Amino acid sequence: MSEPLQTVAINVTVNGKAHQRNVEPRQLLVEFIREELRLTGTHIGCDTSFCGACTVLLDGAAIKSCTLFAVQADGAEITTVEALEKDGQLHPLQQAFSEQHGLQCGYCTPGMLMSSVALLAENPEPDVQDIRKALSGNLCRCTGYQNIIKSVQAAATVLRGT
Amino acid sequence: MYPAPFRYHRPGSLDSAITLLSELGEGARPLAGGQSLIPILKMRMDEPDDLVDIGRLPELMHIRKEKDRVCIGALVTHARIAASDVADDIPIIRDCAGHIGDPQVRALGTIGGSVSIADPSSDWPALLHTLDADIVCQGPAGSRKVGIRDFITDSYTNSLADAELVTEIQIPMPPAHSGGAYLGFKKAAPAYPAASVGVQLTLAAGNICHDIRLVLGAAGPTPVTSREVEQSLVGEPLTETKLQQAAAALVELADPPTDARGSAEFKLAILRSLFMRAANTAIQRAMGEKITGSHDYV
Repeated sequence: MSEPLQTVAINVTVNGKAHQRNVEPRQLLVEFIREELRLTGTHIGCDTSFCGACTVLLDGAAIKSCTLFAVQADGAEITTVEALEKDGQLHPLQQAFSEQHGLQCGYCTPGMLMSSVALLAENPEPDVQDIRKALSGNLCRCTGYQNIIKSVQAAATVLRGT
Repeated sequence: MYPAPFRYHRPGSLDSAITLLSELGEGARPLAGGQSLIPILKMRMDEPDDLVDIGRLPELMHIRKEKDRVCIGALVTHARIAASDVADDIPIIRDCAGHIGDPQVRALGTIGGSVSIADPSSDWPALLHTLDADIVCQGPAGSRKVGIRDFITDSYTNSLADAELVTEIQIPMPPAHSGGAYLGFKKAAPAYPAASVGVQLTLAAGNICHDIRLVLGAAGPTPVTSREVEQSLVGEPLTETKLQQAAAALVELADPPTDARGSAEFKLAILRSLFMRAANTAIQRAMGEKITGSHDYV
């Protein structure tokens, strides 16, 4: 197409803060989050909807932000990993991933955390099978997953106690 | 990865979406949940001039139970179907909807999008063949209903006319003493299955087979079925030997490609094994047992 590129105005709330931006329709939500809003905690892993490193919450549901256009998120509430830490205090999931060695290189961790947040919001007492199923769209090439599952279990216990 | 540039449109109603698709012509594509289309666009296997975002059309969001069928709006997500009453009533639907891709994909992907894309490895086409579903379409010429077997005509090919959209999927309620199972095998949750099998049957007195549907998924350009093989079981008790014979006869018709998901030989072996497990689960469910089914991944 030789005509000038179209841009579309969108309104999104990201981690509680409202943003209005003009975006090119082909801009993926993950690029919007990283490049436009400079929230680089959300990672791009495979960029093919497989690995889950780019997982964020869209109106509370875990989704892969590499497989959604920013224009499709117009009007939505998005939560990224940056929202988890509050006033210098790690979220219980972040604390548990640290204590239980739920990460090594850390590349998959933002996605693991966001899928885990979605799981625990829906099911505060997940068994191992529930956790495995909830994280089945998130790949980790370091840990072998065992310590990630332990981390989610530990965080679930902490969250139930508070 | 970025798709090629396109113009974006978000019409507010089904009618205006159809009018817009009609005006924009062959360079336009409808965008629903995007879980199949966006990867295709990112790989630049398709470079449409215009995307018409139908993802929010309220007319296509319903799940409705009628006396003899369930009607599912084209934009209902896999996750919503898996969590619905419909999946309680017809467990084979949960087998499929609850195990497509992973939670993130199921939160966005829609039944109408999946059936329209007609990826030979995707789950809904095989499942809808197993349940003899009808596809309701609407376009500039009005609304029409077409059986799933006539809707999917080839790999990635459907019988939609220009500017026509899938609006609803209608699934007949199985009669009493029916059971079904849909099982797939995939290397990881987000992957498409290497092979899948759907079995839906109705038992008569004495556990004689009254009616049966047998479908192989990811086993050729379109789901593999055979009325002849199905008929060979009708009126018969469903013994292990009879089922083995039917499995062999049906798998004989499969022609899966050798690809990243496995060799043709591997897939044929998987199909035979899945067939027996799906058939036995279907029989147990027809006899009233509650069993959960699932894709396997290693």
